[in-house]
Amino acid sequence: MDLKDLYRDVIVDHNRHPRNFREIPDADRRADGFNPLCGDKLTVFVKLDGDRISDVSFNGSGCAISVASASLLTESVKGKTIPEAEGLFSQMHQLLTRDDADIDVSGLGKLGALSGVREFPARVKCASLCWHTLDAALHQQDQVSTE
Amino acid sequence: MNAIHAAAGDSPALDVAAIRRDFPVLARTVRGLPLSYLDNAASSQRPRAVIDAMSHYYENSHANVHRGVHTLSQEATDLFEGARAKVRRFINAKSTQEIIFVRGTTEAINLVAQSYGRPTFGPGDEILVSRLEHHANIVPWQMLCQQTGAALKVAPITRSGEVDFDAFAALLSPRTKLVALAHVSNALGTVIPVHRFIAAARARGVPVLLDGAQAVPHMQVDVQELDCDFYAFSGHKMCGPTGIGVLYGRESLLNAMPPWQGGGDMILAVSFEKTVYNGLPYKFEAGTPDIAGAIGLGAAIDYLESLGMERIAAAEQALLVYANERLATVPGLRFVGTAPEKASVVSFTIDNVHPHDLGTILDHEGVAIRTGHHCAMPVMEFFGLPATARASFAFYNTRAEIDRLVAALHTAREMLG
Repeated sequence: MDLKDLYRDVIVDHNRHPRNFREIPDADRRADGFNPLCGDKLTVFVKLDGDRISDVSFNGSGCAISVASASLLTESVKGKTIPEAEGLFSQMHQLLTRDDADIDVSGLGKLGALSGVREFPARVKCASLCWHTLDAALHQQDQVSTE
Repeated sequence: MNAIHAAAGDSPALDVAAIRRDFPVLARTVRGLPLSYLDNAASSQRPRAVIDAMSHYYENSHANVHRGVHTLSQEATDLFEGARAKVRRFINAKSTQEIIFVRGTTEAINLVAQSYGRPTFGPGDEILVSRLEHHANIVPWQMLCQQTGAALKVAPITRSGEVDFDAFAALLSPRTKLVALAHVSNALGTVIPVHRFIAAARARGVPVLLDGAQAVPHMQVDVQELDCDFYAFSGHKMCGPTGIGVLYGRESLLNAMPPWQGGGDMILAVSFEKTVYNGLPYKFEAGTPDIAGAIGLGAAIDYLESLGMERIAAAEQALLVYANERLATVPGLRFVGTAPEKASVVSFTIDNVHPHDLGTILDHEGVAIRTGHHCAMPVMEFFGLPATARASFAFYNTRAEIDRLVAALHTAREMLG
């Protein structure tokens, strides 16, 4: 396995220039995520229009994988309904943790760039932190820890 | 059979090439590249002599200790108690009764908290630590405070990563019941000038516990000369096995302390009416101990002494100086912890590259370092950092390995910076 499988261009780009990296002051939902193992800390903000995610953003600090993953998350769930976002979460979970099966990444778009992470077990939690945090926000929990 | 004996005597420097052959793991590769193991502050590697001592024990002499009259039990007891005698000599304790075998530094500190602190501390009492401490020298005291109503006081640190002595001295008061300090910081490598701190505490009659986990592997430690009351350290950071460590305690204090855990070996007589506890050190060693671990620790001490702690310290300081020079050439690298006196530990960050990514990229170059908060979150918080990268050197490391570290850092900057 090559480092380039982990740090693909899309990931490097989203780490250097994270999208939707801001607070939403009047967010309907927000949750904090923390990975005590490496100190990754982020907050996900969600603005809802009915059950549709009309805006989503994040801030905080973390490694390239966690920042890029959060940035990609915001791009991919904006405009989606809550059930659609939860469906993506479940697909991402499979993508990051299932090393046996051929996982169809065609519906994941740019999120597929994170498929290399599963070859680096120590880094899976970095990529999944933002998804667990979004899930907590949607379920109105305040905090999530991946440890 | 380590190769160093030939170099012992007047030779001023260690024969590192020969030393490396004593450590089987150093010959392995990681991802097709030679291993550069620079994570010694987390755990050092084992020389063949330690592995062989433990295997030899299991293959020839294993039985339970302090129990049987048969030959194997006697041999096991002799080896186990022989290891205790080596530890006593190694840290220059007065008596083997002052050497308690425990699982490691963490257990040693918990033992003192629960056996020394819990029966006598109460509301209004204070325990004084520093902000530099490892979680193992924070959390046991917090638990003790919850149990007794005592309060934890924290001496601040400076931007260079040193404990602020004046602030420490100002926090000493008639309420202070114990001072618990690192001898060497695990996160930053700072060597705390503990003599000064101990003298200040003793002037007020306050006992002092030192967390020596990061000190014992790197320098000659003499508990009588230090004049501390408790000293805790771990085998696995000094080329010994995991699961074995030592609590040194001043005999008068240990005698006054109640047992910590109950069970076999820590008693003289048991009935349902009355149990009579054993004397030191067995009073604190309930149950079958880690016999092989203690024997391995004894072998590690033999090995370190065959090299000489002074020569080990000199070799590691030379590596530290070289690493500081070379790392300073990496653009965007910031040192975290710049105390004038340090063990061979370098904590750093690189602009725009998270330590966790550094760890992964360096691993791909065969270079093992630690990244994260190093079980010292209050230190990280002081510097406003979520994490650092930490390279820590042992006497078996080489300049070439530091060169590989530096080259890998350049790679990381090119990829992510």
